[in-house]
Amino acid sequence: MASAERAAGATATDHAGRSLRTVQLVSFTVGNEEYGVDIMAVREIRAWSETTPLPNTPEVVRGVINMRGAIVPIFDLRARFGMPRTEPTKYNVVIIVSVASRIVGILVDAVSDIITINEDEIRPMPNMEQVSGLGFMEGLITVGERMVGLIGLERMFSSRMLEAADSAGNKPMLAGPSESTGAAA
Amino acid sequence: MDDLAQFKQTFFAECEELLGDLEGHLMALQSGEGDNNTLNAVFRAIHSIKGGAGAFGFDRLVAFAHIFETVLDLMRDGRLEPTPDSVLLVLHCADILSDLVKAAQNGTELPADHENEGRKSLIDLAATVGVNADPHAADDELAALDAQLAAGGPDALMEAAAAPEPAAAPEPAAPAKAPMLKFLVKFTPRDALYQRANEPLILIRELKELGSFLAKADAEGVPPLDQIQPEGAYIKWEFEIETDKGEQAIRDVFEFVIDDCELEVTCLNPPAAAAEAPAQPAADAAAPKPEAVTPAAPKPATPAPAAAKADPHAAGDGATAKPAAAAKPEGGAGGETKAVRSIRVDLDRVDKLVNMVGELVITHAMIAQQTEHLHADQHPELANGLAELSHHIRDLQESVMAMRAQPVKSVFARLPRLVRELAMMTNKKIRLDMSGENTEIDKTVIEQLGDPLTHMIRNSCDHGIENPDDRVAVGKPPEGVIHVSADQRGGRIVIEITDDGRGINREKVMRKAIEKKLVAPDATLSNEEIDNLIFLPGFSTADTVSNISGRGVGMDVVRQNIQSLGGRVHIQSRPGQGSSFILTLPLTLAVLDGMVLKVGIQSYILPLANIVESLRPEPDQINIVANQSELLRIRGEYVPLVYLHRIFKVPGGIDDPTKALVIIVELEDSSKMGLVVDEIIGQQQVVIKSLEENFDPIRGVGAATILGNGRVSLILDVAGIKHIAENESQQRPSPQARLAAPALQASA
Repeated sequence: MASAERAAGATATDHAGRSLRTVQLVSFTVGNEEYGVDIMAVREIRAWSETTPLPNTPEVVRGVINMRGAIVPIFDLRARFGMPRTEPTKYNVVIIVSVASRIVGILVDAVSDIITINEDEIRPMPNMEQVSGLGFMEGLITVGERMVGLIGLERMFSSRMLEAADSAGNKPMLAGPSESTGAAA
Repeated sequence: MDDLAQFKQTFFAECEELLGDLEGHLMALQSGEGDNNTLNAVFRAIHSIKGGAGAFGFDRLVAFAHIFETVLDLMRDGRLEPTPDSVLLVLHCADILSDLVKAAQNGTELPADHENEGRKSLIDLAATVGVNADPHAADDELAALDAQLAAGGPDALMEAAAAPEPAAAPEPAAPAKAPMLKFLVKFTPRDALYQRANEPLILIRELKELGSFLAKADAEGVPPLDQIQPEGAYIKWEFEIETDKGEQAIRDVFEFVIDDCELEVTCLNPPAAAAEAPAQPAADAAAPKPEAVTPAAPKPATPAPAAAKADPHAAGDGATAKPAAAAKPEGGAGGETKAVRSIRVDLDRVDKLVNMVGELVITHAMIAQQTEHLHADQHPELANGLAELSHHIRDLQESVMAMRAQPVKSVFARLPRLVRELAMMTNKKIRLDMSGENTEIDKTVIEQLGDPLTHMIRNSCDHGIENPDDRVAVGKPPEGVIHVSADQRGGRIVIEITDDGRGINREKVMRKAIEKKLVAPDATLSNEEIDNLIFLPGFSTADTVSNISGRGVGMDVVRQNIQSLGGRVHIQSRPGQGSSFILTLPLTLAVLDGMVLKVGIQSYILPLANIVESLRPEPDQINIVANQSELLRIRGEYVPLVYLHRIFKVPGGIDDPTKALVIIVELEDSSKMGLVVDEIIGQQQVVIKSLEENFDPIRGVGAATILGNGRVSLILDVAGIKHIAENESQQRPSPQARLAAPALQASA
């Protein structure tokens, strides 16, 4: 076994090699790719429902929905990856997560699995990630023959979600190559 | 420990109220409108603070309050005349007291000599009528007092308070000679006594202090174990007490539980009838000699009150009459505060209720929408029921909102002190007038109003009001006047802070703004636009940075604070005559009446308060300026048209205003704008939901709400929309674009 690497939400590293903390992930697909988020952050998973668009916000922001009286913004993960916006159908899924005391939804294609792994199975992102603007990726996991990208929610949703708010322009916030949130990765 | 913390919290909440009231009463005293009731109210406020402070062991606070109380007691007895000098001293001491309360609340230590000066003045003042108010002379008694306090709460103090000043009152001295009497006390607690967390043991201990004592408990009423209610009252007591303190002292022990128990006090060896009289608490003795309280011939040497009376023309016609009218009922209310029945409720609980009512409104809208297609004559009960329900919900909502509403008095109350201190620091003479203190606003708004108000008052004192000499030189009375008023206009609260100072020096502001690159050097701005430059971040014209204002953080923070409350602030200034800050705030943060609009494929809510009228214009009403800006001519007035679908980039909006609908909206700075939308769907009451809770603020959108169909709809913010419109027209090459971008915000 390789030595332990930094893992989602965990700082403890153990070189004894046996009884490491296990992490549970909810994995989902966007196109042909598979990603996962820490299950502890997931509040609920719901079917896509039409959102109310927010004016003058970037592509990734799909708008807001009413979740039992709370206004929850929905982000399009596909657009976040620099691809065209998702064309949602009733089979698309929104994963509601809590990040830094806020509740947000992530629009993905489908939820695929719940993965239980040891912390030390998380591989660091290869160095290229900083160039490609994927600073929110926390690591990679191999499940069988599949590769699952571990998404760091805190990094993806920095406290100021919409830097464009003040200028009312279309400055890219979560999307685009000028990603800067990964500086610390 | 948690309980104690909670009690402390309640105590400080009470202190805050008491200090607020105190300030009001003192102002009345200062302006010569106070009467004996006012003095009594002042005394009571200090006394309550002292009592509570004693129970929590805030010794320093107790010690100071005690001296203060002694002097006030002398005043209301008529032995000390409330001269303007002494009233000033009392005002000053009230400030010190408030500092001490703050320090106790925050757990900070004030410098050891903080209250010394005020304390000494008080002792000196008491000494002028031969009373030694210094408790150090009677340290033991004070210690005893503390012990008693800790056991018995503030009212045990009534007796004790008189003790350290034997020279003070001939009456309290009498009980020492009172005969020993034997009383039989029958005490039967009711359930409520325990439910209110009273403890008979404490009462009994206190009784024991009064003299020799025999207690008998009657446990006859205790039921079998399995029937015992944990909070039930089953035991009765009989006490035989031999004391020289009189019946009243015994009754006082039970004062706080008197409503929750049966109490019988009989004297077993009644003496001559007069014996009990001296034991009446000193408070009752306060009533006589009202003529001594009205300030008898104020000495001309005292500045503030004398000046206030001397120059009625300074404040304008209405201003002098108003405070008098306002103070009257207040003085009256001081005497009968106990008549108001109220309970303390955790704000969280009220908020929860507010939220639930909000959900109820939404659910009702949802049901109404579902039943729309049913014929009313087929389901008459349903239709009636829904109409009823709608009524009830509205009533419920108003009641709940009223629970959250508070008079702005609580924020205004701290202003007099602020002005006093600022006047002292700047060597200016400033009088503060207030009106509309009873205007009610949502508690959240009130809480966040304190800082901006303080900033604006500071600004007025520091930059607005001139030095007395300068004032006289331009023919104004030496004393400057700041008038703070609150008023409800339409669905909003308007707070105005007006000073009669020098007004804004537009030349200087402009120079500074250009210097700081806030405005393009060649820009030509209207007077109002220049005035509002002071709200820009980093703007300050004070040549020297003073302790009071001038660091350039202030007015922009004020504006931010107010905007985050859904309010607006702007300034009006007349050079040489003064400036007014005008602040408009929403009545409540929870609900608003809105118009549902359709634009392209989207629908939005426009607050009803913004709407002036709506119309479908004729082609000849539309005029084009500079080949791009469209103006709507309406009754001789030109109103710029703003297309909502362009601003928000909504596909499918109608581009031709003669086929669409123009809604004339009015902004807080009373400018108008014609919002072009596709159609109006209807009027609806909506519950305001924060967007910022889970997202960031979006320009042009104030908040969100949930419609009857469960969908989210956005509530428009017209000032934000105007800002986008102006910014976009500015981005296009246009000769009209004359301001630097931030300057435009100022006029929004």
